[in-house]
Amino acid sequence: MSDQVIQLDRVGMIYQADSGPVEALSDISLSVKRGEFVALVGPSGCGKSTLLRIIAGLRPATRGSVVVNGQQVTKPIDAVGMVFQASVLLKWRSILDNVLLPAELAGLNPKKYHDRAYDLLRLTGLQDFAQKRPNELSGGMQQRASLCRALLLDPPLLLMDEPFGALDAMTRDDMNLELLRVWGESSETRKTIIFVTHSIQEAVFMADRVVVMSARPGRIAEIKPIDLPRPRTVQVRATAEAGQLSLEIFEKLTGRKTM
Amino acid sequence: MKRVKWVLERLPALSLFALLLVLWQFAVSVLEVREYLLPSPAQVYAALTGDDIPWSRHIWVTAVEIFGAFTIAAVAGVLLGTMIAWSPLISRALLPFLVFVNTLPKVAIAPLFLIWMGYGILPNMLIGALIGFFPVVINTAVGLSQIESDLIDLGRVFNAPKWKVFAKIRIPNAYPYILSALKITATSAVVGAIVGEFVASQRGLGYVIIATQSSMNTSVAFAALFWISITGLIVFGIVAMLTRILTPWANNPDHQ
Repeated sequence: MSDQVIQLDRVGMIYQADSGPVEALSDISLSVKRGEFVALVGPSGCGKSTLLRIIAGLRPATRGSVVVNGQQVTKPIDAVGMVFQASVLLKWRSILDNVLLPAELAGLNPKKYHDRAYDLLRLTGLQDFAQKRPNELSGGMQQRASLCRALLLDPPLLLMDEPFGALDAMTRDDMNLELLRVWGESSETRKTIIFVTHSIQEAVFMADRVVVMSARPGRIAEIKPIDLPRPRTVQVRATAEAGQLSLEIFEKLTGRKTM
Repeated sequence: MKRVKWVLERLPALSLFALLLVLWQFAVSVLEVREYLLPSPAQVYAALTGDDIPWSRHIWVTAVEIFGAFTIAAVAGVLLGTMIAWSPLISRALLPFLVFVNTLPKVAIAPLFLIWMGYGILPNMLIGALIGFFPVVINTAVGLSQIESDLIDLGRVFNAPKWKVFAKIRIPNAYPYILSALKITATSAVVGAIVGEFVASQRGLGYVIIATQSSMNTSVAFAALFWISITGLIVFGIVAMLTRILTPWANNPDHQ
């Protein structure tokens, strides 16, 4: 029981647009275990980002039940880290002060988190940039800083909304490896991660399970277990099994047979 | 090296200015323009340095009016803008009223201020403030509201109280908006102070200009204009300095 961090039961979401009610999500049922890495893939408009915000308690579901850490979600949940597609760093603050922002917002003493912040910056190779402003960093470095910010208060749950979607392909591959390393793939205390992406390869490479979604309304088309060995290395990404899994998900998403 | 660059960058403007002065002096001498129509630079300089007019007294009065008008407009504008961004209810109550006040030609209100408050520094200050505060209100409200929705979500994830989101995220985000409005206000404050002095006053650079109408002492009017623009430039310089201090990320061309 306590092993289930997230339990979604027939979650639906209807919002009012100018043209009338639009069904964004329909009949989403999903359980996520502690320490599991779940990727959500799907076409744009399939509601995968909305689903992430419903889990975080930032948007209300209009149907079904959302339970996180054994509690019904009715308001923004505690102890969660969020990373968005844009790094949304405060441009007037240094990287260090940006990473410390969660402590300030949560009413904690940011001084007590200095060491933790520096550890995270070191872990992501940003230690020399602590005093720089965001606009002095490349897109990949900004997203690393954003990841540090999400990890500052050591939340057991990490919600990531296309965090590397705006990066170029090479930087993105680097960031995938980096996230796995920071996550601590084989560690007992590793965090639970929900990772929204529109890249099938990224999802297959990193996740334990890939939730394939279809659009209008957004529903779960398939939940695909990824039993590739960990730690996932560049070699794992290049294996035939990884390619086969990507292909199957591609076929599911597009409804096209490739063979 | 840096100083050389500084001078080189300003050289075109300085050269043009010097050239215009020379042309002006030359035209006035050759065409024998009378002083009351257009004084030569030399005559203006004589008026500037002569002791017919107690310049320091007049400059002081006008400068106090301009700085006062600027400060009142800035403080009132930021406060009202913050109230509007803070609560939709306040916004609905206040905004139509402010828009109405803004459509009034403030110059036309100047005589009323003098009836209510008499001659002096305060009414002129208030006219300048009235002309200059509206852009600050609007830009403050806009700057406080133009926040990426992800940043607002970030605040909500940490259950941050509203005042904290304002203090840490919204207000710094509004700095560039507020400062660009203050540049307009710096000019408005000068206009307001001078208009007030035109309508009724016995001191100040605006009064000096009005007084030269009867005496035909055009050189003195030009000299007064010179002092007005110097005072205006100082206010403008203060805003530019504030901009560099408060928004160092926004105006460093190396890091754009």
